Amino acid sequence: MRPFAYARATTFDDALEAAREPGTTVLAGGTELLNWLRLGIAAPDRVLDITHVAGLDRIEPLAGGGLRIGALVRLNDVAADERVARDWPVLREAIHKSASAQLRNLATIGANLLQKTRCAYFRSDEPVPCNRRTPGSGCAARNGHDDRHALFGWTDDCIATQPSDPAVALAALDARVVTRSAGGGRRIPVTDFHVLPADGVDRDTVLEPGELIEAIELDRPAPGSAYVKVRERESYEFALVSAAATVELGDAGRIESARIALGSVAMRPWRLTKAENLLANLAPDDPALTAAIDAALAQAQPVPGSAYKLAIARGAARRALMTAAGVGP
Amino acid sequence: MTAPQFADHLDLRLRVNGVDRQLERVDARVTLLDLLREHLDLTGAKKGCNHGECGACTILLDGRRVNGCLILAAAANGRDVVTVEGLASGEQLHAVQRAFIDHDAFQCGFCTPGQVISAVACIEEGHAADEHEIREWMSGNICRCSSYPQIVEAVKAAAAAEYNPAPS
Repeated sequence: MRPFAYARATTFDDALEAAREPGTTVLAGGTELLNWLRLGIAAPDRVLDITHVAGLDRIEPLAGGGLRIGALVRLNDVAADERVARDWPVLREAIHKSASAQLRNLATIGANLLQKTRCAYFRSDEPVPCNRRTPGSGCAARNGHDDRHALFGWTDDCIATQPSDPAVALAALDARVVTRSAGGGRRIPVTDFHVLPADGVDRDTVLEPGELIEAIELDRPAPGSAYVKVRERESYEFALVSAAATVELGDAGRIESARIALGSVAMRPWRLTKAENLLANLAPDDPALTAAIDAALAQAQPVPGSAYKLAIARGAARRALMTAAGVGP
Repeated sequence: MTAPQFADHLDLRLRVNGVDRQLERVDARVTLLDLLREHLDLTGAKKGCNHGECGACTILLDGRRVNGCLILAAAANGRDVVTVEGLASGEQLHAVQRAFIDHDAFQCGFCTPGQVISAVACIEEGHAADEHEIREWMSGNICRCSSYPQIVEAVKAAAAAEYNPAPS
């Protein structure tokens, strides 16, 4: 680990001021940053601890039935919030399946979106070709182990996937990332927050240098929502594929509207918009559900090793939709 | 407004197992786990993977279980830490420690300090109602000897005593 200097910020304005300095990395829960420092993925001159910034650790209701979750609320505290449990169960489930209890006591909801890919070449402690680690060095996964890799939105520069579970739930919920920077602030839809390889592999998100996440905002409640995570062991493992779904049923028990996002299939949570459009007016246990999902999955372009994920994605999406609609898988 | 003061070495003050500890000029890179093990000679918390994957370094920070290897000592300044060394009262073992012995819940013992601390928190959180819940909420502690059935039994027994205390 290269030497660095450490400091705490106690106000948001102080944090913004200090974070603007080149060579500064922000520390929140630390569950990613400490490993980046060890692996050389990050090598900052200054580490700015923002966990003592006042006011970022609260969950507050929004007008219209939404919820504003401060960026520094720990994952376990988001999941334990009774409003989240009642009105946004997909987020609670995604958090519970995201990591161990210990990690969830440290990790924050804001910085969780900033997780970097689990691609083994990217995380290697030996130098291997990786355009994200060493620009222009190539992609070792493109001709190597590619079974954990993308179905959508990849290029020859990078075929990796974004591993966050909460991000998938937040994408299905059309949540927004609220940011602040010296120049003001903005609200970024979670679905637009991560950068796909076609738009560059030099950054993971649209956050600008010195721009900090202040909160996550949820819109109207989605009590009919569910998260399905398929992995090689039952607990405490990254997803092969995950699916988040929300369903609103109409009077006749048919789907009025539905949203589905897949996780670990691209460098951002991947909404199956085409399927969403085909689901309206179907009964939630109609076999045509699978046809709607398949119509969206027909747009996938697996790399050679990831083709098996299509069948998992189909099943996970269907199961998430049916669970969200309350009819079980 | 006081601008953050950056320093590559820091004087730290923590409460560890109920005792105030002061340390001078600690390198900003030192983790809380290394501070405990190398600076305070508390070697109960173990360095397994040093990546937050195995749970051998589990400690309580302000009462919550966390991975000591993922926390900078500087970030723990002013906070309260409990390690496995802080659980017993003199010769009187903590109920969870006793349950691990009674149920042979270890073989090599390397993961045990982390398992015990994690189990104490798991029970305290109310996440030890049955085997399924214990397995889910203890999954952040890996046991390469695979003593899981015995660990689950130990946690179950300690939780039963905690949740349904014998009438006195």
